[in-house]
Order: sequence, then structure tokens, then C-alpha cells
Amino acid sequence: MKIGVVTFPGSLDDGDAARAARIAGAQAVRLWHADPDLHGVDAVVLPGGFSYGDALRCGAIARFAPIMETIKKAAADGLPVLGICNGFQILCEAHLLPGALTRNQHLHFRNRDQWLRFDNVASAWTGSFVEGQEILIPVKNGEGCFVADADTLDQLEANGQIVARYINGNPNGSMRDIAAIRNEAGNVVGIMPHPEHAVEALTGPSLDGLGFFASVLQYLVAPASPAPAQEAQVRETVTIPEPLIRPTIPVEPDPALAPPAWPEIPARVPAQADDAEPVEADDEADSDPAAEIDEPAVAAAEQRRDSSEH
Amino acid sequence: MSIDTVERAESTPDELQPYAELGLKEDEYLRIRQILGRRPTQSELAMYSIMWSEHCSYKSSKIHLKQFGEKAPHSDRMLAGIGENAGVIAINERLAVTFKVESHNHPSFVEPHQGAATGVGGIVRDILAMGARPVAVMDPLRFGAADHPDTKRVLPGVVGGIGGYGNCLGLPNIGGEVVFDPSYQGNPLVNALCVGVLPTDRLQNKAATGPGNIVVLMGAKTGRDGIGGVSVLASATFDEGSERRRPSVQVGDPFTEKLLIESCLELYEAGLIVGVQDLGGAGLTCALTETAAAAGTGMDIQLDKVPLREPSMESHEVLASESQERMLFIVEPSNLDAVLGVATLWGVIATPIGVVTDTGRVHITWRGETVVDVPPGSLADDGPVYARPLREPADLILLQADRAETLPRPTDLRETLLRMVASPNLCDKAWVTEQYDRYVLGNTILAQPEDSGIIRIDEETGLGIALSVDGNSRYTRLDPYEGAKLALAEAYRNVAVTGATPVAVTDCLNFGSPEDPAVMWQFAEAVRGLADGCQELGIPVTGGNVSFYNQTGAVAIHPTPIVGVLGVLDDVAQRIPMGFAHDNDVVFMLGDTTAELSGSEWAWVVHGHLGGRPPHVDFAREQAIAGLMARAAELQLVHSAHDLSDGGLAQALVESALRKDVGVTVALPEGADPFVSLFSESAGRVLVSVSRGHRQAFEALAAEFEVPITALGITGGDRLAVKDQFEVPLDELREAWSGTLPKIFGT
Repeated sequence: MKIGVVTFPGSLDDGDAARAARIAGAQAVRLWHADPDLHGVDAVVLPGGFSYGDALRCGAIARFAPIMETIKKAAADGLPVLGICNGFQILCEAHLLPGALTRNQHLHFRNRDQWLRFDNVASAWTGSFVEGQEILIPVKNGEGCFVADADTLDQLEANGQIVARYINGNPNGSMRDIAAIRNEAGNVVGIMPHPEHAVEALTGPSLDGLGFFASVLQYLVAPASPAPAQEAQVRETVTIPEPLIRPTIPVEPDPALAPPAWPEIPARVPAQADDAEPVEADDEADSDPAAEIDEPAVAAAEQRRDSSEH
Repeated sequence: MSIDTVERAESTPDELQPYAELGLKEDEYLRIRQILGRRPTQSELAMYSIMWSEHCSYKSSKIHLKQFGEKAPHSDRMLAGIGENAGVIAINERLAVTFKVESHNHPSFVEPHQGAATGVGGIVRDILAMGARPVAVMDPLRFGAADHPDTKRVLPGVVGGIGGYGNCLGLPNIGGEVVFDPSYQGNPLVNALCVGVLPTDRLQNKAATGPGNIVVLMGAKTGRDGIGGVSVLASATFDEGSERRRPSVQVGDPFTEKLLIESCLELYEAGLIVGVQDLGGAGLTCALTETAAAAGTGMDIQLDKVPLREPSMESHEVLASESQERMLFIVEPSNLDAVLGVATLWGVIATPIGVVTDTGRVHITWRGETVVDVPPGSLADDGPVYARPLREPADLILLQADRAETLPRPTDLRETLLRMVASPNLCDKAWVTEQYDRYVLGNTILAQPEDSGIIRIDEETGLGIALSVDGNSRYTRLDPYEGAKLALAEAYRNVAVTGATPVAVTDCLNFGSPEDPAVMWQFAEAVRGLADGCQELGIPVTGGNVSFYNQTGAVAIHPTPIVGVLGVLDDVAQRIPMGFAHDNDVVFMLGDTTAELSGSEWAWVVHGHLGGRPPHVDFAREQAIAGLMARAAELQLVHSAHDLSDGGLAQALVESALRKDVGVTVALPEGADPFVSLFSESAGRVLVSVSRGHRQAFEALAAEFEVPITALGITGGDRLAVKDQFEVPLDELREAWSGTLPKIFGT
């Protein structure tokens, strides 16, 4: 089974999500935001981070990435999608999930080990947990306060779309202590805390995070009948990081970012204008590797030399 | 205004130039004229003023820092040392680690959030420039009194800035310090450490070799921010009107830096570049002249090519700007398209701005005219060097005579303990550290409040590194030589107690004005102490940073050498955490306790007292403890280990018990003053918990390493109990310990 992890500019926990998928027994596939091809993955994780530097609003720009169009269509057809932290924010911005994530009420970034309780486990990503189960995974965000209007919240409750809530303290002021929600179909889940950081005893506060990845693997094998709750299969860590799949040719250059008509590079010019014999300069320019790249470089250099000879 | 060209400079030799306003002394200005054989142009003057500033040229510290090289033990591990962007240490045949600590003190006082943020950004680029992927950061911080109104302005801004930048780069923050002392009221210290990992064959070079190669500037556009940061801010004392210097503080954009990191690593991996240098203090001026000087080459630069945020900028501003998130590459022409392609892929601006020449001159044009024509070595390497006068501070004898050992001692030890754990320097720092991401990258094995941060650097073998940064400025104020040694000893011990083997040192030396002979004496003594200590311990200083002029008016900060020690752990699974983990473990103390209370946290908290001489340092003991702990880790004999430092045994017991909510009952050594046993700050001590089954093996091991060992008690229960003295429930301890900072800074 292949779990794709999307890298946007500014994604940070992409490697961790891929590692978690791998430890759970999946093949992790690294996807690139500008490449709309999902490369045949069976499920997708939108990882944590600060895509596009959180410019405008968290996730507001990432939702327009080429790969998001594909993911939206595939999600409508039932592709399991898990958005973690920034991924959750992107899912909300993309309207794959309702509500929004706003600035923490206390206004600080907060990183702590957080207890959650499952409200409803009927999703592609939570089948191996049981209702009421409590887990400990890290939370770390600056804008993790889930908000929605009262009707939406009531509807989420009524439909069983609230996947998990914070217990023993709400770290960001989320309405109704919401930590994770799902769409009606149950294939799209957004979670603010970080299951991918709780997959190894040495680095996490628990192994509780593995259940999310194990669940989707079970779901993919038998989507209709979620397997009964059981311990996640922990595999030996293998650590060959997957290559990022990207188009080999650079994507269409963004005119705003492209260096303006760059190579007016001076060819090698001696510091003293006296040394520059015009005839020699031509030879020099021909043999100069910089000049081979672009003729204007030579022209520019000569122009400068001319002016300095006055 | 017309452009001040080289031609114009030659024809107007007598034009008055504002060298003094730019921080240059008259004789320095005359030397520039001598080097150039004419007056410098406006751009050249700007370049010299920043490159010859204290911050860039180390002109006051150079003659002292030489000791680090002279006294350094030979190490085959060192791949790059002092003078490079950061020291590089080989960990095995395949992997190397680079680390360095640097200051961003003055900007952080003027504008705490951006000052601290760009401090992180700057040190990360130093690490990046060596060819490494940055893998973690740490932040030693010093603030004025916790309850002073201005600390409420500075601390939240600094912490928010560090978090905002580091979190957004995806670097775990694994440790550091938060210390309050009135001496930092007008001059907080914001030091930032970064550590990176690289395959040994990916080590990068800053030399601009190969005439004809292209000079490429990558990253953010250049703006007016941070102009004169090194000369105006970092190399002068604060006085009234410091607010007006706010434009000298740079503004950070971590998103661009993240893209820059990924682009750089991709360029290194593909072998697309010849040389690389980050743009930090002194901006483009430093990067151009240092790369050319390192290779003995020259450069022809078209400054008009530099992408600007503000089109009206003048050439000297472009050269001096300290705009963040920029790197300079030297690229072979045949690789240029590939380099620009990588930049486009990540959405970063990359611009060829000139070529390397064999002229030995850095030649810069602006609007088609020559504005700079200088030998790069004169800026990068041949700055002025001063042997400044040294004088022991006049008050030192009296200060040292006023010993804390003679202060009245408490009768109610329980009350003293609760007061101590709630004091700003000993209390829970979660208010600060919860604002930092410690999980990202998934390799954090230990992070604050543990003794060291530990990062796994090889997921297959479990190879890891441990890092600790420490410094006690009260000790250094009382005796800079011993104080520097104590900082080294503590950082070394903090690494050793986790089971790691210390291998290298970095330092950030924060002092007052070098023009004050008393400050210069403190500096010279501290450097001598650190160099001697490193020699005794057999680990080299690989690089660091000097920050002078940390003072307000005539009053300098306490001398504050911050020492970072790097250790290696072959298998991170063997790391020893600090907290008691199981009931019924035997608790030992390694080392000896004597009545050493001068400079202690107790003397400060209870009596507001600073005087006497700091604790004695015994490096042989420290080495023995390190050997013992490494072996104990290997044999998996120990459940927890925690270094004894500020606040003594009492504080170590509290921290070890609260870490995992496991209580402890101890009996203090018979015949000793219980107060001294609990609150003395003797160095070379460690609190260890061992399962009963391993008790004898551990005692035998301690005997083998000739480390004194005292059985203190046993873990378990819900309280800290000191036999015949007092008991405190852990809940009560936690309330006292964790309430302080939220009470001051809000929840």
C-alpha cells in the first residue's frame, strides 16, 4: 500500500509523516505540490508546517497548488486523506472539511504532549481505535483553535464527525475541545495534534500515533468493514528516505521570481582600463566560458570597458 | 547627488569623510587611505567601516583568542575550525557535525522579536554554509530581573521571535538557558546555537576560486534593513536614543530561509557549486571580500544586478545592507543554468551578479561606474588588531572578600526549598520552551529541560549527538578565569551525564566594552580559563563568537562566557534521561560536597548577595565522571542521571522527581550540615538512580573510575522526603516550581 505525503514550500513534518507511514508498514511516496499526478498512491497525508510561510492565512495559498485539484477530486471519489496541523488548515481552506483554524486563544505557539479522547472512530484513519479511547500525542501549533458557527458544530456532533477532543486541558481554545474532525463520508480527516510524532518510543511520548497509519492500511484492505481494534503492527524502522517525486524539468518559471534578464555578466576584465586592448578583449571573450553562455555578457563588458576608457 | 566613484575620489583627495560617524578611528581611516593610495569612495568607506568593526574584525579579541588554537589538543576529528563559518567535527568516516553559537544581543534589546528571530536565521545560515543540513537549535538567554517592567517587553518578544523563526524553519529547539539578573536589565543576551549534519565529503568551501566562475546571489531581495548593524549596534555601547537605532535591526522571513535551506542542500548534493558563503553581519561586503580573499582571487561585480526591495538605494547601502536570508555562490558557468533551475523549483530568487577574476581586486560597478576597487584581503583579513590595556576591576578584592559562606543560614529548610524552586532562575521554564517545536524532524531523543539535547543523526545505526550550553555569570563576575572553567565543566558534565562522550566546544563570549580595561581583563581571564580548561579536558574549541559592548552607559553586564559542548552517543537508545523513572531505585550522588555558597543561587535569592569566590573546578574529576557515565550507559546500569549545578542537590532532587512524578526519600550524609548538603553548588557532582539489582555493579564501576559515590536514598512515593528534615508532596513542589513564569508573563 502506498501512502503519499505532499511537500509544499514550507512543509516541515513531511519527512516525519513519511517515516510514520513506513513504520506502520506502508510504502511512503513523496509528492510535490506543483505536480498534479498522485503517482498511484492509495492514501494521502497533508503534513504539518508553514506552507507558503502562512502568508494570508494558514493553508490559504496551498489550497491552490496543482496537486490539491487532484486531491479534491480523488477525495470526492473516496481517497483517504489525512491533514495534520497545517494539513488540517489546508483541508479547511479547500472546503474538504468545515470550519477554520484560528490563532490560539492565548496567542502563543504551544508545544506539549496532549491527551485526546476519541469521540467517533468511523473514519478511514481511525478504525483501529475504539470509541472513548484516550491517546497521548504531541500538539504544536500557533493557529490551532478550531472555530465554526453553532449550526455547523451541532451538525458535526449529530453526524458523528467529531473524531477526537482534547482532554486534560484545551491547548488552543478550540470550540467544544475539538482536536480532529472528518468529512461525512469518513475518508477525509483533519487533526491538529501530530500522530506522526508519536510512532517511536525513543522520539515520541507514546506509540499512539501509529494507529492512524495502521488504520488506513486496514481500511484500504477492507474499506467496508473496518477491522476490530487491535494493536498497530510495529515494523522495524527502515530508514532509506524516499526521493521526492518531482517533474525533472523545472516547473514553469514564475515571472515574478525569475531573475530579470540575467546574464549581462562582465567577461573577465582587468581592473586597469589601460590593460584592455580592444583586440585582445575579443579573443579573451571568445575563450571565456562565461561569455559562451550569453552574448550580451560580452557586449556589456565591452560597453563598460569603453566607458572606462574615456 | 552624483555617485562617488573611484575616479572622483582620486580627483577630490581632500573631501571630508564621515569616518568617525561610521565608527572608524582616525588612524584606521588613515590606514585605509594608505592601502588604497587615495581616499576611499563612499562605498569603500562603508565597506571598511563594517569589516573593521569590532564585530567583524575581532580587533580587540584576536590576540586572546589565539590561545584556543595554541592550547588546543590535537584532534583528527576536526575538519574545519576557527575562522570558518562554523567548526566541523567528524563523527565517523561518513558523517560530520558542525555547530556554533552566536550572539544577537543588541538587536534583541532594540526590537526583541525581530532581533531574536534573525539571530536564529543568522546562525542557521552559518551552519548551512558549511554544507550541512541544520538539525536543531538551542538558545541561551539572559534577561534583567524577572519582575522588572521592561523584562515583560523583552522576554516575550525574544521568545516569540525565536519560536516564530525556528518553528517555521522546521528545526527542533532542544535546549538552552533562561537566566535573570539585573546586570542584563539594559542589555539582554540572546545567543543562538545551531547544529547541522553533513556527509564528510559534502563539506563546502567559501573560497571564490576559478577566474571566470560566476558569482550568484540567492535568496531575499536586498533592502535598507540592518544597515550598519555590526558597526552601529553590535560595536557600540547603548545610551539614550537607542530606540532610534531600530532601523538597524533586520527583519526576518523564515519562509524564505526554509526555501534557501532546501535549495542549498540540493545544490550541494548535486555538486553544482564551487564555493558558498552566507550573508550575515556586513552583508554583501563581507561575503564578497571574504570569498575572494580566501581564494586569493578578485571579482568584478555589477551591483546593479542585485535585486532590491527599494529601488532608490545607493551603492554603499546595497553593500552594507544586512537583509536576511541571502547566500552567495561561486558557480562554474556550465552549471549556472542548473543552479538557477534549482532556485526556480523552490521559488527563490537567484541572480548572477558578477564573475571571479584573477586580478586580486574586488571591483564593483554601479550605474556603469566604478565605485569600489579594493584588495579583498585588506577588508577580510588585515583589519586592525589591538592589544588593549587590561586592569583587574578595582572592586574585585573587596567582592571576593565578601564570602557568602558567612551569611546567616536558614533554620527552616522546607521553606527555603520552596522559595528556591519558585525563584525565577530555578523555576519551571515551560512557559518559554512550550513556544518552541521540539518534535519536528522526528529525531529528538532528549530536549529541554533535560541536561542535554540529544539528536539522532543516523536512523539506521542510532548514532546521535548530545549538546549542552551553559554559563554562570555570577561565578565569572567573581573570578572570570574560574568562572569560564566552571561554564565549560558544567556543559561538559551535562553532556556526559546523558552517556555521551564530549568531543568539541563552541563559545559565545558576551562582555562589556573592550575599551574599559577592567572589562578587557575579565575577557582575557575568561579566554585563558576556557583555553586552559579545554586543554585539560582534551577537547578543542572549534569556533564561536565574541560580543563586546554589552553595557548601558558605564555599567557593563556580568562577564558571560557561554560554553557549548558537543558529545557523541553511538546508540541513542542508551541515552540516560534526567528524571527518576521507577519506584524503589537506589539514588546515589557522585562527587564531593563542600561548603561552596559564594555566587550560589541561594545567596542571591535569599540574601541578594554576590561575593566570595566561585566553586572549585576539578577537570580530572569531571573526566572520571564522564568516563563512568559513558560506561554505565553502555552497560545500561542507570535509570536516570542529573547534573548538580545551580541550586545544588535540593534543586536536582526536585527536578528529577517532578520530571516523571516519581517521589524520593533521601537521608543526608551524617555529620554534614544539612543546609550545605542541600544548597552548596560544588562542581563535579551528579545525581543518579539505579535499579536495586544494579546497585553493586554501579558502585564497583564508580570505584573503578575513582569517583566518590554516596548512597542517598530510594525513589518512590508522591513526595520529596529528606529524613529528619522535612517532606514536601510533589503536588506542592510542582505548584511552587511551575507557577512563577506564568504569574509574571501571563498564561
